[in-house]
Amino acid sequence: MKLSNGKGKMVAPLLINGEIHDVIVRSADTLLPILREQLGLTGAKQACQNGDCGACTVLINNQPSHACLSLAIETVNQSITTIEGLSNSPMQEAFVNNWAIQCGYCTPGFIVNSHALVTNHPNADDNIIEEWLQSNICRCTGYEEIKMAVKSVLKTSSE
Amino acid sequence: MIAFDFEYYEATTLKEAKELYEKAQAMDKKVMYYNGGTEFITFARKGKAYAEVVINIKNIPDCNLLEVRDGTLLIGASVTLNAIVNAGFYPLLEDVVKRIADHTSRNKITIGGNLNSQLMYKEAILPLLLADAKLEIFGEEGIRYVPVQEVFNKKRTLKQGELLVTIQVATENLQLPSTFIKRTKMSKVGYPVVSAAAIIKEEQFRIAFSGVCASPFRSAAIEKILNASDLQIDQRIEKALREIPGKIVEDVNGSSAYRQFLLTQVMEDMYRGLEVGK
Repeated sequence: MKLSNGKGKMVAPLLINGEIHDVIVRSADTLLPILREQLGLTGAKQACQNGDCGACTVLINNQPSHACLSLAIETVNQSITTIEGLSNSPMQEAFVNNWAIQCGYCTPGFIVNSHALVTNHPNADDNIIEEWLQSNICRCTGYEEIKMAVKSVLKTSSE
Repeated sequence: MIAFDFEYYEATTLKEAKELYEKAQAMDKKVMYYNGGTEFITFARKGKAYAEVVINIKNIPDCNLLEVRDGTLLIGASVTLNAIVNAGFYPLLEDVVKRIADHTSRNKITIGGNLNSQLMYKEAILPLLLADAKLEIFGEEGIRYVPVQEVFNKKRTLKQGELLVTIQVATENLQLPSTFIKRTKMSKVGYPVVSAAAIIKEEQFRIAFSGVCASPFRSAAIEKILNASDLQIDQRIEKALREIPGKIVEDVNGSSAYRQFLLTQVMEDMYRGLEVGK
């Protein structure tokens, strides 16, 4: 099935945070600039654009994914959740309460990934937490507070 | 940003994928199959990959198989590395793919993409070489089945226009004693300076390497030496090092001398881990 030709742009319906948004994409556009520049969803941050840093992490079908490593066109018919869709979530509150923020640039990616972590692994041990959090880089190196935030949500949900 | 445009298709059958590919070729267009897309996107952004037509194969059911059927584990080329880990069929393959990239990336990277990578590492191949896996490949003449060694050992790859459909591993080879060691330059996430996987099958040591030469390899000559019970372990390793089938890589991650040093350590650790020679 042909979804786009090589030259023109197409209107693609993307399901983001529970709502359909029509966006205009080139087939070569990745999801990240579409979220930020067409929809104003600037929580996913542009950084390495290489899948190395995790600053652009969003959920695609409830699994963490780099918005810089998905073509926008391939996310048609997928469910996308950005940090804006996790407003007032337990993980967001845990990051605030544990001071798991320094400059804040990596924070949305960390919160999205951590939210998926506790959703997929409500009994996550240290190994699982380490494995998941290796996907995100904090140049301020505030990793301990981030781990504390994750553990606080795990603890609360198990009580 | 990817600085070129391409036609984008999503194929839902092998036949459709092949027809799209051939049609693009007939029009002299540069065409590429697309799976996880992580390498294509990153390479295209840097100008290291180019296509005028991209055919996404992730919606082809055969490429998404992950099941045991008639004594054979079938892994579709579009299955992600995390899906392989979560399925729990093949412990050594899980150990290996869990160290490829990071967890979030492994939700996108597929095993087919890893095997077809332009990078030299392709670590998912290691357990497949050891288990004598077969590949189901779809191309001009339809489906063909080929031992993995014939396609991905050393620098050989798929022929132009061919599509990897499934990887097939006999279930008798899934639970053998095994070990995997990966040494990186700095952090746990990273390309290997040296990585090696080994199994014991019928009391024989099998070993395959990545990061050492320009492509992953399994060598009959090396295994013969490493199984020579008339030699001490250190003698075997010393002799085996002379049989490395190519120039040992020298790059920013490590000198060839350092890689050789690590290889010795890794092989010693593997013997110890698998209790070979006791």
